[in-house]
Amino acid sequence: MLLDVKNIDVLYDDFQVIWDVSINVNKAEMVALLGPNGSGKSTVLNTISNLVEHKKGSITFDNTLISNIPTYKRTELGISHVLERRRVFPHLTVKQNLLLGAWHPRAKEELSNSLNKVYKIFPKLETRSDQLAKTMSGGEQQMLAIARGMMGLPKLLMVDEPFLGLSPMVMKDLIKIFKNIVEEGISILFVEQNVRLALSMADRGYVLESGRLVIDGKSEDLIDNEKVTKVFLGN
Amino acid sequence: MTSEIIIQAIVTGLMMGLIYALIAAGLSLIFGLMEIVNFAHGEHLMLSMFSSFWLWSLFGLDPLFSIPITILLLAFCGVITHYFLIRYILKAKMLIQICATFGLSIFIRSIAQLLWTPDFRNVDKPLLEGRIEIGSVFIGQPQLYASLVCLIAFFGLYWFVTKTETGLALQATAQDRHAAEILGIPSNKMFAIGWAIGLGCVGVAGGMMANYFFIFTDVGINFALFAFVAVALGGFGSIIGCLYAGIIIGLVESLGGLLIDPSFKLLYVFAIYLLVVIYKPQGLFGRY
Repeated sequence: MLLDVKNIDVLYDDFQVIWDVSINVNKAEMVALLGPNGSGKSTVLNTISNLVEHKKGSITFDNTLISNIPTYKRTELGISHVLERRRVFPHLTVKQNLLLGAWHPRAKEELSNSLNKVYKIFPKLETRSDQLAKTMSGGEQQMLAIARGMMGLPKLLMVDEPFLGLSPMVMKDLIKIFKNIVEEGISILFVEQNVRLALSMADRGYVLESGRLVIDGKSEDLIDNEKVTKVFLGN
Repeated sequence: MTSEIIIQAIVTGLMMGLIYALIAAGLSLIFGLMEIVNFAHGEHLMLSMFSSFWLWSLFGLDPLFSIPITILLLAFCGVITHYFLIRYILKAKMLIQICATFGLSIFIRSIAQLLWTPDFRNVDKPLLEGRIEIGSVFIGQPQLYASLVCLIAFFGLYWFVTKTETGLALQATAQDRHAAEILGIPSNKMFAIGWAIGLGCVGVAGGMMANYFFIFTDVGINFALFAFVAVALGGFGSIIGCLYAGIIIGLVESLGGLLIDPSFKLLYVFAIYLLVVIYKPQGLFGRY
């Protein structure tokens, strides 16, 4: 097991937003974190990155307890997190954005290799390498954000709402890219609201509602599950 | 009024402007990085001038030679300012942040008055002395070198921020702290580096000005005010904007003093500030 999140509680000040959530991700597995708006999906990812602290429970990555390791040290362990709404550095060029993705020493050593690799996956980034990130379209920025995450040589790539605002064409490309990434042995944990889309890609899924885990299981078991439909459509 | 007098004023304004530019660049860097305004910037400038003065007066080191020490002292001062004060107020409300650095300015100035008295001092017979005459235009040597060194330091800073890896990381932290942190860039370390560089700039300016400027505990106040104007005029977070803004302020100050009335020098500069705030609040090169 690559990532093992056990029984975490998360509070914003006094307001509890995550209740006793446990999820895990195996090596080379694609896992979807599902749920309606405000169900706490992003908070779970942010907790795994330690952008948000958890009160109870534990997070283990690659057999190491990482609950108290600061955010900036987690990339080196192999966790890359692509935040919601891309969050590329708008006033830096595409290439500078990518260079910053390879910050820890191991990633720096592999810098030119990684750069070639992401340029191969996302050819558009190479042709636009000297362009400021803010001048790119939403889809291109999403590609850049994912490529930047790949530069850190992750074992686990966490992506928050990867398909938000993408055109169907770009979406199709991205689904293919995700599959290729997993085939290389990298795990993906992604947050998505579109249940059908997510479960058509992922191996497994977790469904959150109001900060609590409702159901989890293999994609094919979830896809027509009544409980899942209920969460998204109400009673 | 002859053209020589006007040229003289332009040269004087330009030289002063380059110094303002570097001081403002330090302020702008810190603000751009963590959105904290260093209201003690003028006091830090005063400390750098005193550092230069004491190194001369106690150890006989000419300001020209002591400048690396002054820069290092100020950079160190920046790091401890971050470590002992700023770090604790990063997430605080803006009013608290303002009070913290404003309080720091009063604290530093009062301590300085206590230790060194409010007397005016100056460095006697520095190596850089005298003036150059070009036609009927006089250029003071210490002023000339101070402005050149500040210009070089300015471009050094610009090069550092735009071309080096640490510089890029500083920019990344300034643009999106969490996104940078998630890539492995520790913001706290970046903030400390930002303070070190920001006050290092002040170290350069103060160290060079110690050659010809009176050194006293309130010396920094006007410089800090001008630096605020320069940052607003150049655009918050823009380093290159500081260069243009610094030069504009220097020129307005000296030409306004010459053409209208020298006793209202400050007025002209702050009139620009008001115009900027009203008509172009994002400044000349601002992003916000």
